[in-house]
Amino acid sequence: MRNTAPGAVLRAVKRGRGGVHVAYNKMTAELDTVRIPVPEKVVIPMSQHIGSPCVPTVKVGDTVKVGQLIGDSDKPLATPIHASVSGRVSSVAPVTLHDGSTLSAVTIESDGEMAQWEGIEPPKVESREDLIAAVRASGLVGLGGAGFPTYVKLNWKPTQNVDTLVVNAAECEPYITADYRECIENSYDILSGVYTLQEFLGFKNIIIAVEDNKPDAIEILKRVADHDNDKGDAIKLMTLRSIYPQGAEKMMVLSATGRVVPAGGLPADVGCVVMNVASVAFVARYLKTGKPLVSRTVTVSGDAVVSPKNVRAPVGISVGELFDFCGGFREQPYKLIAGGPMMGFAMVDTDGPLLKKNNALLAFSRTSEFVKPLSDCIRCGKCHSVCPMNLVPTNLMNEARLKKTDALSAHGVMNCMECGCCAYTCPAGIPLVQYLRLGKALVREGAKK
Amino acid sequence: MNSEKLLTVSSSPHVKGPTTVRGVMRDVLIAMIPAAIVSVALFGFRSLLLIAVSVLGCELSEFAVRKILKRPMSLGDLSAAVTGVLIAFNVPSGLPVWQLLIADAAAIIVAKQFFGGLGHNFANPAIFGRIVLLVSFPQAMSAYPMPFAWRVPVAVTTATPLGTISSLGVSGNIADAMKASDALPGLWEMFLGARQGSLGEVCAAALIVGGVYLVIRRVISPLIPCVFVGTVFVFMFFAGHFSLYFALYEVLCGGLLLGAIFMATDYVTSPTVKWAKVVFAVGCGAVTSVIRLWGSLPEGVSYSILLMNILAPSLDKLFYPRVFGAVKEKKKKGAAA
Repeated sequence: MRNTAPGAVLRAVKRGRGGVHVAYNKMTAELDTVRIPVPEKVVIPMSQHIGSPCVPTVKVGDTVKVGQLIGDSDKPLATPIHASVSGRVSSVAPVTLHDGSTLSAVTIESDGEMAQWEGIEPPKVESREDLIAAVRASGLVGLGGAGFPTYVKLNWKPTQNVDTLVVNAAECEPYITADYRECIENSYDILSGVYTLQEFLGFKNIIIAVEDNKPDAIEILKRVADHDNDKGDAIKLMTLRSIYPQGAEKMMVLSATGRVVPAGGLPADVGCVVMNVASVAFVARYLKTGKPLVSRTVTVSGDAVVSPKNVRAPVGISVGELFDFCGGFREQPYKLIAGGPMMGFAMVDTDGPLLKKNNALLAFSRTSEFVKPLSDCIRCGKCHSVCPMNLVPTNLMNEARLKKTDALSAHGVMNCMECGCCAYTCPAGIPLVQYLRLGKALVREGAKK
Repeated sequence: MNSEKLLTVSSSPHVKGPTTVRGVMRDVLIAMIPAAIVSVALFGFRSLLLIAVSVLGCELSEFAVRKILKRPMSLGDLSAAVTGVLIAFNVPSGLPVWQLLIADAAAIIVAKQFFGGLGHNFANPAIFGRIVLLVSFPQAMSAYPMPFAWRVPVAVTTATPLGTISSLGVSGNIADAMKASDALPGLWEMFLGARQGSLGEVCAAALIVGGVYLVIRRVISPLIPCVFVGTVFVFMFFAGHFSLYFALYEVLCGGLLLGAIFMATDYVTSPTVKWAKVVFAVGCGAVTSVIRLWGSLPEGVSYSILLMNILAPSLDKLFYPRVFGAVKEKKKKGAAA
């Protein structure tokens, strides 16, 4: 594989290593995004990003309005959190999230008005620093699912010589259509977001990458990219092969630019920044209106949902309310997932709130897609051949079972991005990702000692 | 609230692909159907009897040993059936049934279940079964009826083409000597299977059809078969004084294609990573060629695979793949640690 140095000519390879073909089941692709009615209350956890949690800046009994800051912190990676409805703060207490973790959260009883906070005004952006500060103030985290703070991503070191922005519209996870709808409905915002980022961050190449199974989005994004024709064609649309996990950052950089992100490194190390298409569009909207990230588009889908929809919903609304809005459940669901079926988290109940990073809420009934008889590893090596990171999951599984910490880290278990290709493809039905997570935990534990 | 407790919570990924162990084994069985049909056409219904007995023998051995050792039943995964068919494919049609049953029992009980069952055996059970027969009943294992002999009242048994070549001795004009010999069928007859040999090994065409099916179904990658056969071809091309005829003949001879397509590709006993697979296959090809050319045995496919089976785990370690994006220096560090 080529290891192109930053600044070198871009050579796209269109697809990365490994990967699996998953049934896409994008049932909601042609459905316009609909707004959900104002909920009676929202529960807004103080950490919706990777990194230290925020500290609540409001107390019980305060009146808040939409867009008002309710949580912030000086700690690294912390991203501010804003009220998503107007109303009265009824509690500031720990809640249990849908993945089972406990976190401090602000509960707001809505007054139904959705009155906008008076302090909202478009930020003044004149330099790179202004833009990064503005993106931080907007509370933007990666809308594609991981929840990495965008301002941290954009604040690369000068030595990293970043010259390429990859706008990620691959959306390779099954069922999810939130980004797809963003492309169809808000293509102008995407264009304007790209321009803004280019103006202040000085990208030489901008690549909008989309999988070839979304012809409508390709057509619209092509218009976005061609808009720049008279200026020297800096924005390119790239159609990538539809294979999961095409949208994973490192795979995306390889497919779109031919550059190989070093193991343990970030795309910025090879001069690339990957941003989700919805995040780019949000930056443009924020600079225009100053309205922080308080709502997002989420795909509610799955075979147990009566009428799957793309819903624009305030952050913090209860998951159950979203499912009810989509007609409720057809039958008692077998599994509820926040995020996609390959990388999402199974939810313990429907009481948890919608987070900034949740691009989908899925409900499934028990089908053959979810259960496979478990047997011993037959050493077929399929897990290795589909691994985008070129790991040998079956070997790492054995090492994790035997708690061989040194071997685990020597064989690169920390590079696992938990895309799930190995466990998806395993004929013996072994939950390999779980073993790899165990391996990662063992290595982290070993490093602490 | 009570109903919500019934939700299943587990680690991602939440969807599973369609491939199962049973499905893989079923595909292997399907891929062996063409060779089985040809064997019935060539050697009569006795070959069908042998295949059926062998499958039954393997499944019964598997059932008995799992029962006695109080392990969960594993008949459903069809792996014993695959072993059964492969063992039958590796014997001449005249083999007594009781000898075949001994091979089945040895393969399943000793080579497979003593090590923990499917996934834990280090040697291919079918290869082990064949070798047990070769050393226990050399007479019966080298009495090969002529093709279509079941149609005539008096059956004649002769040596296989490989044995005949061995007796000719490899020299500069080997191709001419082979073409002149009455005992050797032509290349086309070899390709289509009209020759003496074990049940499943004779028809190259049927084996290749099965192999292509397995590749299309993504059960096997063509890497091991191609490198294995390629190595034998190159070896024989040089050994036969650059005779293309001889090299092709050697490829079609004996159990090479059966071994390369169905036995060297066995998941459990072949390496997992790419370059280990290549070395594994080159090793199989080289050992096969050496035994055929200079060994006292006419055929070496099963011994070569068995030998490389033993090396497979070490090859996997030796060629451990580099993590995506890792630079070469890092690998050296990892190897030293």
